Amino acid sequence: MFNRDRWTEIFETIGKNKLRTFLSGFTVSLGIFIFIILFGLGNGLKNTFQEFFLDDASNAIFLYPGKTSKPYKGFKANRRIEFRNDDLRDITENFSFYLEYITPRITRNARIRYKNNSNNYSTRAVAPGHQFVEKTILMEGRYINQSDISSKTKVAVIGRMVAKDLFKSEQAIGKYINLGSTAYKVVGIFQDEGGDNEERNIYIPYTTRQLIEKSNDKVDQIILTYRKELGYLGAMGLENGLKKYFKEKKSVSPEDPNGFYIRNIADDLRETQQFAIVLQLIVSFVGMGTLIAGIIGISNIMVFVVKERTKELGIRKALGATPNSVIKMVLQESVFITIISGYLGLFFGVVVLENIGIKLDKYFIKNPYIEISTALMATIALIIFGAIAGYIPAKRASSIKPIIALRDE
Amino acid sequence: MIKLKNLHKSYRMGSSSLHVLKGINLSIEDGELVAIMGSSGSGKSTLLNILGMLDTADKGDYILDGFKIENLNETKAAKYRNRFLGFIFQSFNLINYKNALENVSLPLYYQGISRKERQQIAADYLERVGLKEWATHLPSELSGGQKQRVAIARAMASQPKVLLADEPTGALDTKTSCDVMDLIQKINEEGKTILVVTHELEIAKMCKRIVKLKDGVIVEDSKVNQVKASSYV
Repeated sequence: MFNRDRWTEIFETIGKNKLRTFLSGFTVSLGIFIFIILFGLGNGLKNTFQEFFLDDASNAIFLYPGKTSKPYKGFKANRRIEFRNDDLRDITENFSFYLEYITPRITRNARIRYKNNSNNYSTRAVAPGHQFVEKTILMEGRYINQSDISSKTKVAVIGRMVAKDLFKSEQAIGKYINLGSTAYKVVGIFQDEGGDNEERNIYIPYTTRQLIEKSNDKVDQIILTYRKELGYLGAMGLENGLKKYFKEKKSVSPEDPNGFYIRNIADDLRETQQFAIVLQLIVSFVGMGTLIAGIIGISNIMVFVVKERTKELGIRKALGATPNSVIKMVLQESVFITIISGYLGLFFGVVVLENIGIKLDKYFIKNPYIEISTALMATIALIIFGAIAGYIPAKRASSIKPIIALRDE
Repeated sequence: MIKLKNLHKSYRMGSSSLHVLKGINLSIEDGELVAIMGSSGSGKSTLLNILGMLDTADKGDYILDGFKIENLNETKAAKYRNRFLGFIFQSFNLINYKNALENVSLPLYYQGISRKERQQIAADYLERVGLKEWATHLPSELSGGQKQRVAIARAMASQPKVLLADEPTGALDTKTSCDVMDLIQKINEEGKTILVVTHELEIAKMCKRIVKLKDGVIVEDSKVNQVKASSYV
């Protein structure tokens, strides 16, 4: 293997048969290159997909109020169910084992004004826990905190797009915006991976909202997150527990599917993951296809190369080359070319993937990438199959009698 | 140097078999220059292939320099060929992407001789065939006669015991043929045993002994008065 003389002989052969070298090398490079690009783009598609669905915390449970559809315990059907502050407290007390964060959410659309600029935005009245439930990322300032809740302060955390629309390039923190007739102090600016629409929201303390709305204690929705380590089963347990608890508390018939709704992200997540697995399968399938095409390509070229060299190999044998040395020579040459060109294809594939990465966001391909281990595996597979593909014709050529190889056509 | 005893060879052609060599007995001494003649189909090429260990006989003995050549597998045959025999072909059979010097040094590569030494020896032999200036030329840049001389240098380079030439002048014109035969005669005069397969009587007469084959048997075996190739030039 490390016979310097044989390497010299191989380099000479490679150097003097440039077209042949180029053809076989190109096939391998192209195969690896396309494999990496396709695989990377597939991964990018998967990324987009996952982000699309995982904008919220993956361990969140949403509770929405509804209307009953069955009479129960003396109540008529079609009764509106409402959540109140004490429901929050009850969940905190009764489900503390599961709970991570909990927040109400009261959504209202409002015209927001700052100086001469005004626009309609949705305001969400929330508790501090909302930041984690919604995966809000603070860019500047602070989020709603517990003292805002208890003293019902008039503060607002505005989205990046709101700040852009209303304040243009002006500093927003510390300024006052008008929400209807009330002025709120801007204490923070946030961004959200959910996209521009999420960044057109304004967060205010939920107690402040309740104060403005005649000091009621109603909340629209309750959103909570559970401890991640509980897993899918824990999430299902919590969901069922909540369902049972509120059916009891709000006097909703156990058979009534409507009264209120629980949306469990874990369920969504499960579907998302199934879809992601399908995507992964498609990506792998395409990758395998490319790889097989590459292997067939290199096999064809090896057959051609050996055929072309039949006479040369015959001469070598007549001059004293053993069958083994003939096989070794052909194989070593092909493996060498495959390794070098495989590496080149790998290198360029990764470079191209890195560079097109950012530009494909609008085609639903986000952050395309390929694990180096996958890329290496593919390259090694191609090298091994290239060697096998070279071995079979080389073996045959080495066993042809020199007289047949040397016969004049 | 070479002893053949009752050599038989037949080829299978589908269901029938073709008996090509029907008991060849031949003895060639050291330093002989032997022409093997015969029309096509007489078995002369088959005989040469067996002598060259490119093919094996069905029956009979082949003794080369005291070694009995038998039970040859490919690897063994390759080693014997490399050590004992030098080949000269009608169509030269040079490797087209290697230059003259590299072609000549190829058999030495298979003898495991180091690169430097190889090139030294190859250059010596190229000089002996008068092609020192052409060492770096590819076969495509050489004339037919030059190619054959490179091939002779290559055959000589491994210092074989016997040179086997298969129609060495078959692809050459009369003048070049004489040049090549002159070279072969000179090599023979230095003591090398040489077998030349040919169907041209003129070429055969330049050897010291003519063996005529017909239908797989030797019909004539006679020493002749050698005609010097140089006398034609």
